[in-house]
Amino acid sequence: MEYFLELILGGLTRGSIYALIALGYTMVYGIIQLINFAHGEIYMIGAFTALIFTSVLTLLGFNEIAVIVLASLAAVIYSSAYGYTVEKIAYMPLRRASRLSPLISAIGMSIFLQNYVLLAQTSDFLPFPNLIPEFEFIKPYRHIISSPEIVILITTSTAMILLTFLIKFTRTGKAMRATAQDRNMAMLVGVNVNRVISITFVIGSALAALGGVLIASHVGQINFYIGFVAGIKAFTAAVLGGIGSIPGAVLGALVLGLTESFATGYVSSDYEDVFAFGLLVLILIFKPAGILGRVTARKV
Amino acid sequence: MKSGFRKQLISLAVVILYGFFLISCGESEKTADAPHKSAETIKLGVAGAHSGDLASYGVPSVRAAEIVVRDINAKGGILGRRVELLIEDDVCKPEIATNTATKLVTEDVDVVLGHICSGATKAALGIYKDSKIIIMSPSCTNPALTQSGDYPNFFRTIASDDVQARLEVDFAIDILKVKKIAVLHDKGDYGKGLAEFAKKYLKASDKAELVLYEGVTPGAVDYSAVVQKIKHSGAEAVIFGGYHPEASKIIGQMRKKGMETVFISDDGVKDNTFIKVAGEYAEGVYATGPLDTSNNPMAIAAIEAHKNTYGSEPGAFFLNAYSASLCLLNAIQKAGSTNYDAVSKALRTEYVDTPLGKISFDEHGDAIGVGFCMYQVHNGVYVEVK
Repeated sequence: MEYFLELILGGLTRGSIYALIALGYTMVYGIIQLINFAHGEIYMIGAFTALIFTSVLTLLGFNEIAVIVLASLAAVIYSSAYGYTVEKIAYMPLRRASRLSPLISAIGMSIFLQNYVLLAQTSDFLPFPNLIPEFEFIKPYRHIISSPEIVILITTSTAMILLTFLIKFTRTGKAMRATAQDRNMAMLVGVNVNRVISITFVIGSALAALGGVLIASHVGQINFYIGFVAGIKAFTAAVLGGIGSIPGAVLGALVLGLTESFATGYVSSDYEDVFAFGLLVLILIFKPAGILGRVTARKV
Repeated sequence: MKSGFRKQLISLAVVILYGFFLISCGESEKTADAPHKSAETIKLGVAGAHSGDLASYGVPSVRAAEIVVRDINAKGGILGRRVELLIEDDVCKPEIATNTATKLVTEDVDVVLGHICSGATKAALGIYKDSKIIIMSPSCTNPALTQSGDYPNFFRTIASDDVQARLEVDFAIDILKVKKIAVLHDKGDYGKGLAEFAKKYLKASDKAELVLYEGVTPGAVDYSAVVQKIKHSGAEAVIFGGYHPEASKIIGQMRKKGMETVFISDDGVKDNTFIKVAGEYAEGVYATGPLDTSNNPMAIAAIEAHKNTYGSEPGAFFLNAYSASLCLLNAIQKAGSTNYDAVSKALRTEYVDTPLGKISFDEHGDAIGVGFCMYQVHNGVYVEVK
């Protein structure tokens, strides 16, 4: 029973990280029907920014809490700026092109960002400091759940609640929903579509950066390539939940995380990916639009 | 029509080019043959990849042999006879290696240094065996070459792939005295190969039990599920086959969960990057690595000789080839002849000082004294475990 609980918590932690990244995929897809393959790289850049800021802030003698907060904030701001710029450079000029062109542009951006970090930083694995302190009250239970895992779960839940609030109850959220439903109609009623798209990229990138900081601090290492695997898994999660749907992305990510955790725990980690992608195939057979995806009639 | 003509032209050009090479090779062989028959030299064959994409593995061996032979001839040779090199290229291809071997055999070679690649060596071994010629490879690590027992004429101065696994398992069982061991790998050729051997040895031993055998996905976001599984398997030690990025993630997550499980790994982890990345969690981790030769005066001298002769740092397997040449020639000296039985007996009984240390050979043909030893991270550096 304890083992089962540990696997659930491990799966949820991993799923939360996937969810933070998957939200970026799904929001962008919902609004401009683009699979933003450079999104995994934004996550990686978030982790790198946090690493640089942590080293600098620690040198300057800031205390632990200040380091965590400032480094995460820096990562979020810097990654958001990247997300914003990537959209302006690589996707906006292609807004009226066929859907394949921005896709290729996205892949190009992904390769560019990876190699940029490779050249500007290093190809080696870098140690990432353990930003999250060991809580005293959790020590007796740390064989079940460690402090970083708790922090990841709490931070992710908070971020999701804030996002839901933003989308459901603010003017910006309303504009985003309107743009997702029908971009031309939204434009006609006076929504600044370009601004909405930019905001979407910024929010998605901020969440990915948060995920990057949390997971890097949890596993203690980063390199320029970490965005690839995480990006693919998060993309899978977004498709699993129904790409374009925000609750779908979260659900898909948690389902994926739990599936991987249980596959490893009860079968073998050799087949972790087999189970993850097997589940994806199975769900897409019965629900082609994903778990919460809506089947929309194609407008001819 | 036009392209057809062009194709014919190209094939003609290829035929001419290859044909030309055949002629020129044949000729050089004749001229090379003439002097040594009269002088009654000891013929040391050197076979391996000397051209093609794997040449970087084979050329250092040729140079090692050239340096050793030059030095020995300068001192008057072996048994009063000069040593002569017969260098043949096999491009690391099994189908060419058989020709190379046949050629060396027809040229009456006494002993052979080579070949370089395991596949090519395996193809050539039968030919040498039938002609009772001893062959010693500086680089073939395929375990079956010696352990199958099919080739009593085969020796090598490099440890085979399974030696690390053997060392890890023996260390865990005999020195650390653990009873339950988990074996993990990263699903790659190297890591999984080692893990397979570790698994085999553990199953063969009744002193410890294999409680978990798993492959982890390299680059995964985290390994918490695997770590939980290790904990619930009750393993006292983990043997990991693979490289340092996965090893440092796994060890970090284990220690964060408060697990004190012993961690033993291979020379893919015996790397300073591992210590840098894993930080405090690296402390106490065991890893096997090649024996340290940097303080061996013979190794220093051999590398110096290479620099003076060729103007560059030696390449792969240079010291192994240097040692192999020394062992072969020393065995002929000790045996007093190039007789197959006498030389192979000398190889198995005599210890020779080489750049790799004092070595001899066991009944399978694997070098004793060449191989790996156990290191442990101690205060942030790898220290040899005595």
